[in-house]
Amino acid sequence: MGVAIRRSVGLAGLAGRSAHTLRPCIAIASLPSPLNQQYSAPSRPPPNYPGHVPLNRLEKAALAIGSGLMSLRDPRRGDLIAAFAEATATPYFIYRLQDAMLASPTGRRILRDRPRITSTSLNLPYLRALAPNTVGRTYIDWLDREGVSPDTRAAVRYIDDAECAYVMQRYRECHDFYHALTGLPVVREGEVALKAFEFANTLLPMTGLSVFAAATLKAPERRRFVGTYLPWAVRNGLRAREVINVYWEEELETDVDELRRRLGVEAPPDLRAIRKAEREERRRKAAEGGV
Amino acid sequence: MAVRPTQLRRALLQSPSRLRQTAPNTIQHPELQHLLSAAPSAFSSACPFSSTITTRTQNTPDYAVPNPSRPTHFGFQTVTEAEKVERVATVFTSVAESYDRMNDLMSFGWHRIWKDYFVTSLNPGFSPLTSGLDPRAPQHILDIAGGTGDIAFRMLQTAHVVNGNPDVRVTISDINPAMLTVGKQRSTLLPASQQAALSFVEANAEDLTRTAPLSPPGTRTPAPTSTIPDASVDLYTVAFGIRNFSNIPAALREAYRVLKPGGVFACLEFSKADAHPLLNTLYKEWSFRAIPLIGQLVAGDRDSYQYLVESIEKFPSQAEFRDMIVDAGFVVGGQGYEDLTGGVAAIHKGMKPRV
Repeated sequence: MGVAIRRSVGLAGLAGRSAHTLRPCIAIASLPSPLNQQYSAPSRPPPNYPGHVPLNRLEKAALAIGSGLMSLRDPRRGDLIAAFAEATATPYFIYRLQDAMLASPTGRRILRDRPRITSTSLNLPYLRALAPNTVGRTYIDWLDREGVSPDTRAAVRYIDDAECAYVMQRYRECHDFYHALTGLPVVREGEVALKAFEFANTLLPMTGLSVFAAATLKAPERRRFVGTYLPWAVRNGLRAREVINVYWEEELETDVDELRRRLGVEAPPDLRAIRKAEREERRRKAAEGGV
Repeated sequence: MAVRPTQLRRALLQSPSRLRQTAPNTIQHPELQHLLSAAPSAFSSACPFSSTITTRTQNTPDYAVPNPSRPTHFGFQTVTEAEKVERVATVFTSVAESYDRMNDLMSFGWHRIWKDYFVTSLNPGFSPLTSGLDPRAPQHILDIAGGTGDIAFRMLQTAHVVNGNPDVRVTISDINPAMLTVGKQRSTLLPASQQAALSFVEANAEDLTRTAPLSPPGTRTPAPTSTIPDASVDLYTVAFGIRNFSNIPAALREAYRVLKPGGVFACLEFSKADAHPLLNTLYKEWSFRAIPLIGQLVAGDRDSYQYLVESIEKFPSQAEFRDMIVDAGFVVGGQGYEDLTGGVAAIHKGMKPRV
């Protein structure tokens, strides 16, 4: 029969055998060892900073489309929103933002110092001890009220230039400060309003495209957004100075109203209070209707 | 029969000193840095299944004995065997929930065809060498790295239903409790008779003398209390798992130990599609560009899927893996392997000789 049974053969058996048994040279040359890597894998350019993944244009486009659609479906996927921001930031927009930072003395200092905002770099107990109307206290009060921490921001991976990657990282980490500055809550309505403000101010495409998430809001929320918060966002975002240039670590003890005045931002109507009042109104109506 | 060292074995014995000169570990992502910062001894005490066996039988070559500080590869990085166990554990704990959905997305559902063919070709439950006319003898099947249960469930279906042999029991073994938990949840959809024939154990495939039953989710893995005895398994299968092992020769020798004489070792694994250059190019582009992207979008974890495609790249070719199987003492028939989908996957089979 033509069935060949293969067993482990000694060296002596190597001479004068069929082509199907061990061939020593190939056995050594193709060892599965790190030293003998015969890649046939597509190669990427080397990373420019730790965690950097250089993508080609097709991959970037696919990431933009995929993350955009999936984060629209599930806005709780912060990692996808972050990836969407990075994939859509080039070619023009992140460079414009970098130039805006380079044009301002404070922005240049931020780019030189490269401060990071994490729960360890900010002294949270110290912030809680500050006077009530300071930036730092408003920020920590907002964090505590919404139940979020400064540590939830993903690292930038898909922007090729290292300094632009820092600009994007800075924008991402300052997002909570923008919440504190404007007083908008983390509910979908508040996030969409803040994104509209950020688009008018920073011109990052992700922020502008996130405004389309307003289509997923409930009807009264959408009416409120279109009627009140969108005009507020556009008006203030356009007239305010670049919020990316605020050196937040130095502004922690500043009075928050004074900072708003300096930046040219007016606080919008308190969204949490409005929503709470509406909820109580609904409950009252339901109780009355039931009686 | 005294087996003289083959050229392959001699080359592998030479490799450790060469490997010591490799470049230090390169960290691909800062968040994974902490996994490499602990000493190997910390790992072996933390993980109950890390191999600390230093000697086996006298015939076992050095490279087939698990050594926690021996360098091996984790994707394209160089790590020690102990580190690889920990990092693979992190990868699979992270991907466990979305594992089946990701498999469908990555292979367009084709992994189901491969697994169906794998199980059908093994035909569990059918024992033609049984004396008498009835080919249905009791069988014990061990499915290694069987986590979510795809192969085991197919085995039970074929054995109990297609071959009408209820005496076939399947043990699913995996080093990762998260994967086993997903498998256990999925198994609740099986008929009761098949569930009764199924058992879940946590074990390191390189040392099956130390196994423990699956611990409830959220609890730490208990110390190993049971063992898989020598010559107790009729069929040993491992599907898409063996490339994640820290020491493949050790796992092959454990397979040899637990199999009965005449028992079959079967491995379904990704392999080299070099024989078809166009398919290979498309396959590699898909693997390295699209799969990590899908991992990011669906599972929120690019790095794990990057590791998975790199580990496919690092796995030996069909012939090399066959040689490793033969080196462990199995006999193979013909080429020893069968290519699926142009070599994208391959089934390797070996039998433990009866003598």
